Amino acid sequence: MLGLNQKDTKFLLIVVALTLLTPFLTQPFAESSGLAQFNAGYPDLMQRFAIYGIFAIGFNILFGLTGYLSFGHAAFLGVGSYSAVWMMKLLTTNVIPGIILAIVVSGLFALLIGYVSLRRSGIYFSILTLALAQMSFNLAYSVLTPITNGETGLQLTLNDPRILGVTATPDGSIPATHLFGLEMKSSAQWEVFGHLFTFNVGYYFCAVMAIIAFYLSLRIFRSPFGMMLRAVKTNQTRMSYTGLNARPYTLAAFVISGMYAGLAGGLLASMDPLAGAERMQWTASGEVVIMTILGGAGTLMGPVLGAGFIKYFENIFSKINDGVLHGWFAFLPDGLEDFVVFLIHPFVGKGWHLTLGLLFMLVVTFLPGGLMEGGNRISRWYKNRRNKGTDTDEGTPHAPKSTPHVAE
Amino acid sequence: MDTFLLQILNGLDKGSAYALIALGLTLIFGTLGVVNFAHGALFMIGAFCAVTLSRILNLSYETIDPEKKDFLGNPAVVKTTYVESWFGPEAGAWIIDWAVPLGILFAIPIMLLIGYVMERGLIKHFYKRPHADQILVTFGLAIVLQEVIKYFYGANPIPTPAPSAFKGSFDFGVLLGMDPNVIIYPYWRMIYFTFSLVVIGAVFSFLQFTTFGMVVRAGMADRETVGLLGINIDKRFTIMFGIAAAVAGLAGVMYTPINSPNYHMGMDFLVLSFVVVVVGGMGSLPGAVLAGFLLGILESFASMNWIKDILPGIDQIIIYLVAIIILLTRPRGLMGRKGVMEE
Amino acid sequence: MGILEVKNVGKRFGGLQALGDVNLSVAENTVHAIIGPNGAGKSTLLNVLVGKLIPDTGSVMFDGQSVLGRKPHEINQMGISRVFQTPEIFSDLTVLENVMIPCFAKRDGAYRMHAFETVEDEVDIVQKAEQMLLDVNMQDKLRMTASSLSRGDKRRLEMAMCLVQEPRLLLLDEPTAGMARADTNNTIDLLKEIKDSRDITMAIIEHDMHVVFSLAERITVLAQGTPLVEDTPENIKGHPKVQEAYLGQAHG
Ligand SMILES: Nc1ncnc2c1ncn2[C@@H]1O[C@H](COP(=O)(O)OP(=O)(O)O)[C@@H](O)[C@H]1O
Ligand SMILES: [Mg+2]
Repeated sequence: MLGLNQKDTKFLLIVVALTLLTPFLTQPFAESSGLAQFNAGYPDLMQRFAIYGIFAIGFNILFGLTGYLSFGHAAFLGVGSYSAVWMMKLLTTNVIPGIILAIVVSGLFALLIGYVSLRRSGIYFSILTLALAQMSFNLAYSVLTPITNGETGLQLTLNDPRILGVTATPDGSIPATHLFGLEMKSSAQWEVFGHLFTFNVGYYFCAVMAIIAFYLSLRIFRSPFGMMLRAVKTNQTRMSYTGLNARPYTLAAFVISGMYAGLAGGLLASMDPLAGAERMQWTASGEVVIMTILGGAGTLMGPVLGAGFIKYFENIFSKINDGVLHGWFAFLPDGLEDFVVFLIHPFVGKGWHLTLGLLFMLVVTFLPGGLMEGGNRISRWYKNRRNKGTDTDEGTPHAPKSTPHVAE
Repeated sequence: MDTFLLQILNGLDKGSAYALIALGLTLIFGTLGVVNFAHGALFMIGAFCAVTLSRILNLSYETIDPEKKDFLGNPAVVKTTYVESWFGPEAGAWIIDWAVPLGILFAIPIMLLIGYVMERGLIKHFYKRPHADQILVTFGLAIVLQEVIKYFYGANPIPTPAPSAFKGSFDFGVLLGMDPNVIIYPYWRMIYFTFSLVVIGAVFSFLQFTTFGMVVRAGMADRETVGLLGINIDKRFTIMFGIAAAVAGLAGVMYTPINSPNYHMGMDFLVLSFVVVVVGGMGSLPGAVLAGFLLGILESFASMNWIKDILPGIDQIIIYLVAIIILLTRPRGLMGRKGVMEE
Repeated sequence: MGILEVKNVGKRFGGLQALGDVNLSVAENTVHAIIGPNGAGKSTLLNVLVGKLIPDTGSVMFDGQSVLGRKPHEINQMGISRVFQTPEIFSDLTVLENVMIPCFAKRDGAYRMHAFETVEDEVDIVQKAEQMLLDVNMQDKLRMTASSLSRGDKRRLEMAMCLVQEPRLLLLDEPTAGMARADTNNTIDLLKEIKDSRDITMAIIEHDMHVVFSLAERITVLAQGTPLVEDTPENIKGHPKVQEAYLGQAHG
């Protein structure tokens, strides 16, 4: 189906199901339970899962397949956001034109930056992308203020022309972003057995985009083009002595991943119509690098997992304050309780980035394949154990044990 | 002429910081072959060594002075710092005033230790891994270090003044027979520049004139051969890492009066320092120093008003622009050897 | 006029004259061996031929066209493939993929983005690659990751990658170095078979005289960057200069 073999079709269907059921899956705890704070079924958070998932999927097409480590991808995200907001100022608050422009402009921008930076590889490439993105960030903050509105950020106002839409609603406020009349912020809620499920238009819009993005990335992974990109990563020397020019391939991957970032930026602006330069800063580029690697660079699901993982824990951790901690450890004797809370305190609440940094270091050091590799290791270990268990239980002669495949 | 001179002077202090950080980055890259994204964090930690020392020196105890009354007529609470009570009010006050320069002595052992721990505990395991992994793990470390500092010192910049003796400015114009107040230059910036020259000189002479330095230089040129000679190059490289950390730290200590330190200053300087290293030539120590000063001065020229009128925003991007042009036309940088990290 | 004409090629590395004044003519559909002691400049000569190095002087013509100044992939597209001294393969890819990539390069040129087909749909390319791997006796390793192959298999894989392109000129840099005797003999058989079954010219650098004398129709002896003699294997065997410069050294 859709040009996929059976296995991949099944894979895609699972991803579609998971994405569509996210409002249920992220809401496992009843509102009244003490664990309700671990729920994640809020429109805002679910939107971010989908949007950063797209960002990471795109980054992975470049980094995961070709091995080119860009430290400047947030620039494309920012450009996407600015383009979308401009479209909403000038044309209409319908999100479609904004998103199209976001993809086109970030694609062109990626073409320019990619053309320059791909002339080098390795750390030179990383530094070039870093420098180019940081330059864009500085420009967005200074000379380009007429376009970016500098530090304040670009916002919709009551003076915008919006020639295809309305400048202001009848009650005199700024029109909301919508898809042919369906407002992004509108939600339906469903309460059942004490669980509150929220179905938000914005989320489902992002989810559909994410599914399309995932599908395209799946096609790229399985295509001869994807194979060439992996060839670039393993051996460029052999590639050129095989009669292939690596540059067009890497540039195409760069532009595609830039367009993914632009789409993500456009979606961010569609959910909340404002765009600021801080979205382009290199720490923001670092975030997508972390997501991709944490999940598992070069795998299909890894980046999505990484993005979800980070956005989820970012949200949860920032909510855990000392009061919550004391609640958890109330069963301990008082002195010990205080001590435990004291120990955990730096890592939660505002300390989320500390935890993230440590986690990232651990992953890079011990689990370069990210969560995906971790999952594979566990399932392999489990299978081996189970095989061993059945062998001894039934007293059957030993089948040759499959040696675990050691990651290199 | 006068504005020209002024811009050069203005560029020197930032240039000094770039040069010192880039020097350390290059030492680490040249000797260990490691791309250290946490180097900016070391600069930042150095700055916070100065902050810490100044706080320690300002530790005080309270006494009740029955002679004095506060405005309600109660006996006033008087704070006395321990330093003053130990060394007497005058010497004590002087020590507190000189917290930043004294921070050098405080920072050196700390930075050497941090460098040692970092190299033995983490970097060592990444020598044989791809550059991308080195970038990633040190990027993670940089985040951790900066968050730790943020946890203890908060997010706001912490003003850390220079000794009052250096508060004023020096009038260069008068020295050159111009009118007063044409070219004035704060004393502390002069000191920063001089200090950086001293540190750079010390590092270079250390490498040039000691056997230790000779081995390290040989190692930078050709690691394998030196290893074959049976010289324990790894141990020396560990020490080199400590020295590079100390250089970054000292640059940070002395920079505090110029810019109040905050937890993300390291990241801010890191990106630019990498650019400096690339412009100077990956692996070239003189290149790093030269490029540091050149780019600092260039940045200062680009921020002149008439230039900004012609090319708006040029001051924001000049360094990046130069780096991009250099990388594309002369990938080995100003003084880099051919073949280092080239394709 | 040979298919490959190297004229007055010289190359210096700093103070080292790696290639002096090399003249070489390789006739079409022959096997031409280049032998010489280590450091003689053999690999450097190949580097010039494939566009990795640009010589300081001289010219290199392949089939009447100059190769100098062209990029490696352009030279490959002209019909020159090279097997390296240390195997250059796509080690993270499977054996089959390794051989499919040159098939794509041959069919589609230096780049063409097939982003919306799946690899499996390229039936003709899969078949061609599988056939090639059958020819080199690696049909049972199609799905293995190339990095997990033995050294001998890596060399065989690289040779398969070059042969599947059906190059007009195949350059082999010590293809049997480090191989066991049996593998060496297999390689000789394979190259003989290739040579007999299609139009191909080979230039082979080799230390193993057994390989050289089993395959070569002409031999050039290179020493210190300059060709000493060029002749048939029979004459080379007895050539005093060669005995002294190369064979003597190799035996001693
Ligand atoms: N890229 C290079 N830079 C400097 N010297 C080189 C380079 N490539 C080869 N050489 C030198 O050129 C000489 C010839 O090398 P090479 O062609 O590899 O010899 P061989 O005949 O063993 O293949 C050797 O002395 C080698 O050290
Ligand atoms: Mg050789």
